[in-house]
Amino acid sequence: MDVTLKIFRYNPEKDKTFHYETYVIENAHETDRVLDLLEHVKGYNDGTLSFRRSCAHGVCGSDAMRINGRNHLACKTLVRDVGDKITVEPILGLKVVKDLIVDMEPFFDNYKKVLPWFINDSPLPEDGRERLQSPEQRARFDDATKCILCAACTTSCPSYWASDDYLGPAAFVAAHRFVFDSRDEAASERLQIVSETSGLARCHTIFNCTMACPRDIQITKAIGELKMATITGKIE
Amino acid sequence: MANIHQFDVVVVGAGGAGLMAGLYASRGAKTAVISKLYPTRSHTGAAQGGISAALGNYEEDKPEWHTYDTIKGSDYLGDQDAIEFMCNEAIEAVIELEHMGLPFDRTPEGKISQRPFGGHTNNETGKPVRRAAHAADRTGHMILQTLYQQCLKNKVHFFDEYQVLDFLIVNGKAAGVVAVELATGELHTFHAKAVIFATGGHGRIFEVTSNAYAYTGDGAAILLRRGIPLEDMEFFQFHPTGIYKLGILITEGVRGEGGVLINGKGERFMPKYAPTVKDLASRDVVSRAIYTEIREGRGVNGRNYVYLDVRPESVNKYAALDGRVNPDGSPYAITGEQILQKLPDIIDFCRVYLGVDPVTQMMPIQPTAHYTMGGIPTNKYGEVVIDDKNTIFPGLYAAGECACVSIHGANRLGTNSLLDLVVFGKHAGLKAAEYAQTADFEELPSVPDADARAALEALRAGSGKENAFDIANEMKKVMFDDIGIYRNEKGMREAVEKIRELMERYKHVKVTDTGKIFNTELLNAWELGNMLEIAEVVGECALNRQESRGGHSREDFPKRDDQNWLKHTLAWQKDGRIEIGYKPVVITKYQPKERVY
Repeated sequence: MDVTLKIFRYNPEKDKTFHYETYVIENAHETDRVLDLLEHVKGYNDGTLSFRRSCAHGVCGSDAMRINGRNHLACKTLVRDVGDKITVEPILGLKVVKDLIVDMEPFFDNYKKVLPWFINDSPLPEDGRERLQSPEQRARFDDATKCILCAACTTSCPSYWASDDYLGPAAFVAAHRFVFDSRDEAASERLQIVSETSGLARCHTIFNCTMACPRDIQITKAIGELKMATITGKIE
Repeated sequence: MANIHQFDVVVVGAGGAGLMAGLYASRGAKTAVISKLYPTRSHTGAAQGGISAALGNYEEDKPEWHTYDTIKGSDYLGDQDAIEFMCNEAIEAVIELEHMGLPFDRTPEGKISQRPFGGHTNNETGKPVRRAAHAADRTGHMILQTLYQQCLKNKVHFFDEYQVLDFLIVNGKAAGVVAVELATGELHTFHAKAVIFATGGHGRIFEVTSNAYAYTGDGAAILLRRGIPLEDMEFFQFHPTGIYKLGILITEGVRGEGGVLINGKGERFMPKYAPTVKDLASRDVVSRAIYTEIREGRGVNGRNYVYLDVRPESVNKYAALDGRVNPDGSPYAITGEQILQKLPDIIDFCRVYLGVDPVTQMMPIQPTAHYTMGGIPTNKYGEVVIDDKNTIFPGLYAAGECACVSIHGANRLGTNSLLDLVVFGKHAGLKAAEYAQTADFEELPSVPDADARAALEALRAGSGKENAFDIANEMKKVMFDDIGIYRNEKGMREAVEKIRELMERYKHVKVTDTGKIFNTELLNAWELGNMLEIAEVVGECALNRQESRGGHSREDFPKRDDQNWLKHTLAWQKDGRIEIGYKPVVITKYQPKERVY
């Protein structure tokens, strides 16, 4: 089959503004990844086309982009999922650096704000072994551990588009992962951070994040649980 | 001069080994971690099934058994002192990860859960033992996330999206590295007392691979060009279960949970090849078995694949036939729901890429190029050693997949790679910081980035008649077909000639992007150069070793030959040729014997 691929292009060293280029890829297969198509264009149509990629199977989080208007990982989206007319654009809300590459620094800065690391200053078990945690306690925060920091959620969120300082869904998922981990001791600090003005109050339960997550994390649910914890002061 | 940074220790690469090295080095020395990717994009994150340690959380296990299994798995090419060191450190290493917050799955008592994996056994019964500590089927992802988080907590200095291009040597010692900042195209010189390479493997030289695009052998190639030898490069692991055609990894944990391999006639074939542990034999054995089935006409529909079957009814049927029991002695059985819970990512991959639901359908799989056993020669402290006498190169360290300690010898056991990078990443970091405390900075050359700049300029100035993608595809195909699971003299000779031809054509490769900002075309072309040089070394070393051992299976020399070949290969790049030497294998307690599973 032939696939028509329309790609957002912007070269800051040459272009005053962005434009779109259209490429027709002959003999594409319905199981080709959109990433395969981009590689093909780079190899045989225009070597200057720039995008990030690494693992090519949905676990490294490099290639989040807008495909036919919705956020996806290019390596986890097949032609059969999106049809033979495909438009590819950079994710929204972060500055475009070149073609499909955006400036990820503000995204990672927000992630770092929620203290996304394990905190437990209590003495280690005397037998030198692991801290104990029941399978149920472990399951409580399992969903949030799947996050690959691809930014598909945060950059699908209208609240994030509207304000640069909004922490955004990915940062909340990181907070959730530690707040609900029975071994962690810094839940109250994190809840304080996510309840500041740039935090949870700006989530309007739009569910774009949940729809966008390539790891199927129930993000809106996680945000709801954080909201509940900040209101009740209880972590359940 | 612009863009010169000074650090005591510079770590190149931010996967598991690089992050662990950065974490430990930064406690004793001013340290920078430089990576061509954001650290969380590193390939450690793709590791699935587990990290091994004889924790004994379900059943009896001992570091000595882990040691022996690793030596046997290596087909006796691993250095036994280093293997014993790693397996003894394994328990502490895994416990440390838990203390860092890593969300391991749990046993009913709340301890770290463990699952069986290929080649890991109870040495008394010969049966598989639960040794692989796991976090669902994304253990590597959790290790990568946890270590990155700990580095942030400890304020490790990162240079994200900087591609290291060159290693600087002054007075025979490490003096730093040169890198290009992807966002600006500017060159940066990192002046350092100690440099740790943790740059991963080179699986992208093969057509069907589980490896990330980033796996282009950069660190090994940079050092090779600077006169450092590479060790045991003929040994590359083909993982038995990659998704058909795509090569995406399906963890051995599927077989650990009871999954079995089925040929085109509907037969479970592994008992023929490994009567005791069957589907949980080590990876080289299983990959060869799959290839043999395919070659003898028992692939599915006459094609190059077989099935991996983890449907509950199949798992339970074969578990009953094998007499597999739970730790409490009850018969082993599994439900569809438990499979979903234990292997969520695998289920997801199969649904997305194959449209197959593994709970109700079998998965089409074929062996996939997976892991680099050879690499930059080091001792067990991560110090790079550059000859047959293990002479240390002052200030140079390597850890993780790019290094060859040698732990994995001719074949790595599943779960030992995550252990390798945690243990040796830590020791490389500690050793480098210790070295930096007493060493002085070597004076930088007057134009430290001259060679790196020249290399990029040469690519830009290429006459432009050769397409980089064509060269890459031709390399990958010939490597997979002729220097893959089965090898012979004729095929390998042709392959090496082909690689040399491609290296010539590469001199005329076309780079159309003249810009500085994220010039990914230029950098991909540079990476292709690394892959070609590595492919040549792999080919030459494979041709040279006239025996079959572990992952190196020669049709023309089908037997292991301890008389002549119980030794490591060292390969140097000299005057445009590959020169080969050897060094002895360290054998302590375990004399080589025939390897049967």
